Amino acid sequence: MTILIIAEHDNGSLRKSTLNTVAAAQQIGGDIHVAVMGSGVADVAQQAAAVAGVSKVLTFDDAALAQATSEAIAAQILSVAAAYSHILAPATSMGKSTLPRVAARLDVAQVSDIVKVESADTFVRPIYAGSLLATVQSMDAVKVITVRTTGFDAAAATGGSATIEPQTVQAVAHSARFVSSEMAKSDRPELTAASIVVSGGRGLGSAENFHILETLADKLGAALGASRAAVDAGYVANDLQVGQTGKIVAPQLYIAVGISGAIQHQAGMKDSKVIVAINKNPDEPIFQIADYGIVGDLFEVVPQLTAAL
Amino acid sequence: MKILVAVKRVVDYNVKVRVNADQTDVDIASAKMSMNPFDEIAVEEAVRLKEAGIATEIVVVSAGVAQCQETLRSAMALGADRAILIETTELLQPLAVAKLLAAVVKNEQPGLVILGKQAIDDDANQTGQMVSALTDLPQATFASKVVIADGKATVTREVDGGLETLNMDLPAILTTDLRLNEPRYATLPNIMKAKKKPLDVTTPEALGVDVTPHLKTLKVTEPPVRSAGIIVPDVATLIEKLRNEAKVI
Ligand SMILES: Cc1cc2nc3c(=O)[nH]c(=O)nc-3n(C[C@H](O)[C@H](O)[C@H](O)COP(=O)(O)OP(=O)(O)OC[C@H]3O[C@@H](n4cnc5c(N)ncnc54)[C@H](O)[C@@H]3O)c2cc1C
Repeated sequence: MTILIIAEHDNGSLRKSTLNTVAAAQQIGGDIHVAVMGSGVADVAQQAAAVAGVSKVLTFDDAALAQATSEAIAAQILSVAAAYSHILAPATSMGKSTLPRVAARLDVAQVSDIVKVESADTFVRPIYAGSLLATVQSMDAVKVITVRTTGFDAAAATGGSATIEPQTVQAVAHSARFVSSEMAKSDRPELTAASIVVSGGRGLGSAENFHILETLADKLGAALGASRAAVDAGYVANDLQVGQTGKIVAPQLYIAVGISGAIQHQAGMKDSKVIVAINKNPDEPIFQIADYGIVGDLFEVVPQLTAAL
Repeated sequence: MKILVAVKRVVDYNVKVRVNADQTDVDIASAKMSMNPFDEIAVEEAVRLKEAGIATEIVVVSAGVAQCQETLRSAMALGADRAILIETTELLQPLAVAKLLAAVVKNEQPGLVILGKQAIDDDANQTGQMVSALTDLPQATFASKVVIADGKATVTREVDGGLETLNMDLPAILTTDLRLNEPRYATLPNIMKAKKKPLDVTTPEALGVDVTPHLKTLKVTEPPVRSAGIIVPDVATLIEKLRNEAKVI
């Protein structure tokens, strides 16, 4: 059994989601190879080769892959797919957009967003916004899987000494073309990797009011998150949305401020170690999952909390 | 330009689903069913493109049991012109649906195909990407803005760190994200009109597609429930608890 992992990186460094995916692969068992695609990825390849448990790194290095589209990534994977029993990627935008293409071309099912490995062909995945867990068995020869990163502790970034093998880069026809990207810049930790997340909901009332959460987040060294309602109302950018259809987070501490705790929001944060809810309505569902709750006006509680830290 | 929109009949997002007695499946026998919310956004986008004079015809397609006709009728009440039901009682997994849709794309030759980014029942997030791979048409997943001009689509997508813009030749495959638009409500006259719009029924066999599942569901369970903790009286107590009890700050 040999497993191929599609690395997530920014052409300079390997993202932690890749390490979570390696951890899932270790539970499946077998040889682990990592594919690194991009432009000028020698450093990323070195980092991937150092990850504990990885035995080979395949590099697809080409200027055309600098901003690789899903079509291009899938084409590279398909060029080597025959050698693998499992193909894994983190369930990030990249993994979610790319792997179903690979699965379809191989005529196999994709097992999306696994949170647990039962055996080499059996996996657990959340359904219905995480309100249920399904254990599914793949009957396909090749298992194509995306991995929910919060389901697996990261593999060690060092300790491995994999060989690096450059591959022939495949050209793609009928592909979308990259035009531009507008990445949110923030000095705060990244939402999915932060150990503390401070999230705000519609209760904040406006984009200006959201600043009181920023002050709290900065004091705690926390990432900022939001409910869908807060994002839809334009208080913050949509890459901060936590939930079924936003980001899945599982920090040590999640502070939900002015968030009701709808099932779709819970889907993205209920695996946090400790949950704090600040809400003026004691009947909101958020209090049913919070370890500590404060019933009160957030405009009083949050400044007090910030001041007391 | 013809637009094809895929719609799925799912348990309404407000329903709290339960596991059946022998833990083999979800008990949805009496649950309220609705159109998958992301598909409502897909229909809305198509209707707006038609209102803008870019699209000439909207064809909605659904695969599944006979009751999916209701979902197709509601899509027509929102503005779709005609519907296709691929009727089957087989449990359809995303790969099977993608193959069925690819077959419909081949027959209908639309200029654009719009799907929801995920269905809120299986949360699989695969079908659009698979249709794109099977039809060899370019894809843009998680679309939050779509501009069609000169035979090309320029699509802004919601990605992990922000937004990304792609450009592609038509025909193309799009999947919708939440913020692409705000779906309208169907009016009563439009619901009445939708009853008379054409709805063709076909089958996987007629389309030459094998829909045999590739995944076996062994078990469905409730995740461990998080129990409610305590309500603390004030900020000082909260900080004390976070420091000394939970040890997270
Ligand atoms: C298909 C679909 C996907 C979805 N995906 C997501 C998702 O990924 N993430 C997500 O979050 N939601 C998602 N939702 C939306 C979800 O169902 C809820 O609508 C949303 O989470 C509500 O956000 P909220 O808690 O901020 O707003 P509300 O439900 O309006 O809650 C606001 C809260 O603020 C409190 N409040 C108001 N003022 C104050 C004050 N001064 N002090 C203290 N408390 C105050 C209120 O008591 C209330 O609890 C999705 C919905 C659908 C249909």
